[in-house]
Amino acid sequence: MTGILSGTALSATEVHWWHAFKGRLGTLLAEQVDQFNAAQSDYKVIQNRKGNYSETLNAGIAAFRAKKHPHILMVFEVGTATMMAAKGAIKPMYEVMSDAGANFDPDGFIGPVKGYYTTTSGEMLSMPYNSSTPVLWVNRDAFKKAGLNPDMDLSTWQKVGNALDKLKSSGHKCPLTTAWQSWVHLENLSAYHNVPFATKENGFAGMDTELVFNGPVQIKHIQAMGDWAKEGKFIYAGRRNEGGKAFRAGECALYTESSAGYAGIKKNAKFDFEIRHLPYWAGVQGAPQNTIIGGSSLWVLSGHSSKEYKGVAAFLNFLSSPVIQAAWHQNTGYLPVTLVAGKKTKASGFYDSNPGTDIAGIQMTRKSTTSVSKGLRLGSFDQIRGMIDEELEGVWSGKKTAKSALSSAVKRGNVLLRRFESSNR
Amino acid sequence: MEKRVYFKGWFLPVLLITPQLLITIIFFFYPAGTAIWWSLFNPDPFGLSTKFVGFANFDFLFADSYYIESFYTTAIFSSLVTFFSMGIALYLAVLADRLIKGAGIYKTLLIWPYAVAPAIAGILWMFLFDTQTGLISWYLGLLGYDWNHLLNDTEAMGLVIVASTWSRVSYNFLFFLAGLQAIPRAIIEAAAIDGARFWRRFWTIIFPLLSPITFFLVVMNIVYAFFDTFGVIHTITKGGPGQSTTILVYKVYSDGFVGLDLGSSAAQSVILLVIVGFLTILQFKFVEKKVHY
Repeated sequence: MTGILSGTALSATEVHWWHAFKGRLGTLLAEQVDQFNAAQSDYKVIQNRKGNYSETLNAGIAAFRAKKHPHILMVFEVGTATMMAAKGAIKPMYEVMSDAGANFDPDGFIGPVKGYYTTTSGEMLSMPYNSSTPVLWVNRDAFKKAGLNPDMDLSTWQKVGNALDKLKSSGHKCPLTTAWQSWVHLENLSAYHNVPFATKENGFAGMDTELVFNGPVQIKHIQAMGDWAKEGKFIYAGRRNEGGKAFRAGECALYTESSAGYAGIKKNAKFDFEIRHLPYWAGVQGAPQNTIIGGSSLWVLSGHSSKEYKGVAAFLNFLSSPVIQAAWHQNTGYLPVTLVAGKKTKASGFYDSNPGTDIAGIQMTRKSTTSVSKGLRLGSFDQIRGMIDEELEGVWSGKKTAKSALSSAVKRGNVLLRRFESSNR
Repeated sequence: MEKRVYFKGWFLPVLLITPQLLITIIFFFYPAGTAIWWSLFNPDPFGLSTKFVGFANFDFLFADSYYIESFYTTAIFSSLVTFFSMGIALYLAVLADRLIKGAGIYKTLLIWPYAVAPAIAGILWMFLFDTQTGLISWYLGLLGYDWNHLLNDTEAMGLVIVASTWSRVSYNFLFFLAGLQAIPRAIIEAAAIDGARFWRRFWTIIFPLLSPITFFLVVMNIVYAFFDTFGVIHTITKGGPGQSTTILVYKVYSDGFVGLDLGSSAAQSVILLVIVGFLTILQFKFVEKKVHY
């Protein structure tokens, strides 16, 4: 009897992981956990979905206050500054790994991903899980129907503008739509053109950062988008990724959305689609720089036993292993967050049979990051994004100019940054 | 001499009111007290450090012009939802009251929407008016009207009012119908014999006799519009475009649960508490005098 019991899950140390994935992503995540649990018997990882990203973060925080928190919490990139500021609530990743004596190499992660979750002194605080970057999705059939060459150059916004003119004049109802407007058209736009989104290296170098995304590059871009909206060339579909529905249905010709839209578009699109690099404005010095990530990382919460942290370390190491990472990247369209996973995918011939799936990775890594292109680290950023959404809607509806909308968003956002600074000092 | 009935001892009365008292304390006084307490602090989300800031949270709110705007939005939204949901309910109740055949079926059907949670109601209306795939917006497009509540303030406000009204009409209908059926037929028949036509009977007899119900419903509907419409707003507009449908309770949610700014969120709920309390007192002081019991 004892012989049977000793090797089973009864003696295994439980590690709890709260996350925000459902549907296909949820299934893939559960498979990773099952694989880990089957591969060893010392630890048992138990995964639980707690709602969307915001709700998961909330659930984790509420549980921490009640001292019933999980070991691992999935936090979206927007919540990074909040987690970093919560010094007593987290156990930094590098510490978890070194305490457990795990063989862990932070340099194995690709630069822009590693940089996002690493302090200025080089300590990696959380483990990158799913990371993506915005790309341009093209409906080639729509181009053909409008009499455009679907292979035409769409690398710059100027050229995209010409394509939009032609699509519109051919009677196309939805030449361009977008997902995550602030992330694509302000946060990534800034990094891609090597201009700051906020002072102090976009918040990396201190909490006394101030928003500055009302510079000439951003104003020019938002004004161009506003003009396109007025002329019916850019169709606004909502604050999140509502535009995806219309693009997947073949109603929109161009769509700026995360590379992780791949799974859904590939599954549903009944037309010839293509992935292109996110366009940039020709004439801006330094453009195109690199785009930045969105997605989530895994934070280890404090207050658990060292035995449990050993299990956490083993599991996180398992997750960042090349086999798991390569499979995740190929199944979802998220970036291969480790260099080895990227190489492995390339060697397997995946990029040749799925053209365009390497674009996101190239776009992020073709130049090394600068002080304003490694990411954003801003407190209350979920709320600030909400303010940006509100102000941009004013531009799309023609009520505000790009300049006044962006300046108002900067002003309102700065108030929140100061409030965040004072509550975390 | 008047004969009063009273009970000796204190045990039984206390026992009888204890459940109600406990419920009030646990579900009202305790949370309200906690909100008032937290409104004076600026805590970090994890509760690691909590700083006493006095009234700074309130200063912070009233310095924000968008917050002040939210009061107007709430006033417009609440008064229109209350007016339309009660008006339509009263009209339907009067019609249903006069039905002879199939009254039961009509009544049942009219009560159905009450079983639909506000969030679900919001999703239903959103499906109908979705700018890309909505059925009604598609028909509007055929008529040459470009429906776009994602960018048009008035359309967005209209849509959340319609959805909130729709899910409230049933509740009001039930009360109005019960009120109508409680009015003695003899009074109405007497008026009819005197030659009063329907609308004259309605305004001079029925409506005044319904006034206790109407008053009760006004209070309940304002509370509904202030608090329970959150689900509708969240599913349809998320407070947008801009902040044109951000009512006060939605801002409490988004600052507290999305922004993790518990101090400001607590201060806002205290302000809401004061407003609704004040409105209710006003109604009891001034409007109730016109109510005939």
